[in-house]
Amino acid sequence: MLHRIIVALFCILASAGALSAEPFALVEVAEGIFVHQGVTSMLDRQNKGGIANIGFIVGEDAVAVIDTGGSLIEGKELLVALQQKTVKPIRYVINTHAHPDHVFGNGAFVATGAVFVGHKNLPRSLAIRGPHYLSSFREAMGDALDGVTIVPPTLLVEDKMTLDLGGRPIILHAWRTSHSDCDLTVLDVKTSTLFAGDLLFLRHVPVVDGSLLGFLDVAAKLAKIEAVRAVPGHGPASAPFPKALEDQRNYLEHLTRDLRAAIKKGEGVDVAAKSAAESERKDWSLFDEYNARNATAGFAELEWETP
Amino acid sequence: MEKNAVWPRLAAIALLSAQLGLVQPARAQSPAPDPWPRLVTDIFGGRQIAEREGVVALEAPVRAEDAAIVPMTLRFVGPYPHKATLVIDQNPMPMAATFTLGERSGVGFISTRVRVNSYTNVHAVAETPDGALVSAVKFVKASGGCSAPAVKDQDEANANLGKMKYREFKSAEAGKREAQIMIRHPNNSGLQMDPISRAYIPAHFVEYVEVRQGDDLVFSMEGGISLSEDPNFRFSYAPNGAKTIRVEARDNTGGTFKAEWPIADAS
Repeated sequence: MLHRIIVALFCILASAGALSAEPFALVEVAEGIFVHQGVTSMLDRQNKGGIANIGFIVGEDAVAVIDTGGSLIEGKELLVALQQKTVKPIRYVINTHAHPDHVFGNGAFVATGAVFVGHKNLPRSLAIRGPHYLSSFREAMGDALDGVTIVPPTLLVEDKMTLDLGGRPIILHAWRTSHSDCDLTVLDVKTSTLFAGDLLFLRHVPVVDGSLLGFLDVAAKLAKIEAVRAVPGHGPASAPFPKALEDQRNYLEHLTRDLRAAIKKGEGVDVAAKSAAESERKDWSLFDEYNARNATAGFAELEWETP
Repeated sequence: MEKNAVWPRLAAIALLSAQLGLVQPARAQSPAPDPWPRLVTDIFGGRQIAEREGVVALEAPVRAEDAAIVPMTLRFVGPYPHKATLVIDQNPMPMAATFTLGERSGVGFISTRVRVNSYTNVHAVAETPDGALVSAVKFVKASGGCSAPAVKDQDEANANLGKMKYREFKSAEAGKREAQIMIRHPNNSGLQMDPISRAYIPAHFVEYVEVRQGDDLVFSMEGGISLSEDPNFRFSYAPNGAKTIRVEARDNTGGTFKAEWPIADAS
């Protein structure tokens, strides 16, 4: 009897993932580019913050890590998985922006001696938001938040910067306020692969934490980058580019249209946030978690447009 | 949908695991102590506050969708109050705003936007003409995800500092007008250290706003860092025949901002 209980318990625990050592999956989306696909969810204890797509590019001499995941646990898992693929040193750890699911694993890479790289606004954003994130995510993440530290970048990108991994240049591009105020993309020239960070959402409803109009503008500029595939911040590990931008653009345009109409009618922000872009619901995951929030922030932004 | 299907299973695992003592439970969340008794002392000098309907009503969302922009409405009813204070109990600086209403302003409601840092009670406390304090309270859940009670775009906020906008709306209240005043200001809370310069980002916020129709006060506001960036007030008032709405505002670093707009169909 006891034996059966133990077996049953083991199965349940194994399927839960949080309490067992689930293998940390990496997909090689292009030659020398490995991506770990996050689950489409909010950060919590079970997923250990592993909700964003994170990965690395291996050059002839060195490696660049792009985002480190949503906990120290995930950062360490990424480091272990990376070291199983290559013995080359990690020269850079690049953060695509300040949100916890992309930077909470940074601490795992401090001892590697890598240079941390980010948008010129990233240190300020981490300073302002970091302490809030460390306290506000305790409830959802519990002990999965243990050990997380805020590690700001020391190499800052003002506009564009090219880094070399040995015969493998990567182009970093710092954007105006869009998804957030510190979005950075990374283009691998060799394979025309764009790490888009959260300037590209697929399946997971886009999140606007900077500027709705800025997001639309930057996404239109991204489309002109010569890439054949992109690694979105959330969604599949890789998607054909620039086609991958279409769903997101439709959503952001729809939201903008609805909010402008609500403002023109004289609706209040609370009323408008309940109905804007409502018909997009069926096309996206986590719509209830983010749409009203996008609409609230978007309303406050668009209200300043000349009537 | 996916989420709903997972929850029962998770709950079962948590229960089973806890019973067998196999795993350490997530660190228990000790509920934050209720700061309200202390706030009554600090903000209202320990005066008696009656929690009853009929003076002020508070409209607040069940959940803060965006921690930086949470709409709140104070609706005035019954014995017309001359002061009303909005308190976000669990915020670092709980007193968001105190509104003083003009004697004959007939303000029916004031809507504004605040920052909400965590799960919190929000109190609206009105002072009636005879000096009694009456409160209404709502519980607001904290926002989830990467939302933070912070400025969206610091550089843009600084570049547009002090710009104002005025709008009018058809009032739902008989004989009243409805208007909106918007002021561009980052309303920085300060106290965070910039890791590069090692300097503290200074607090920079709108501390006083005065709205008049002609020379008569509609309302004034004393505010703090719990108000959202770009302070925003939408309100109804009883017109006195004045031809313009005038606004004067000042921030904690001495910045002053003034504007005047014609009232659309004032004759």
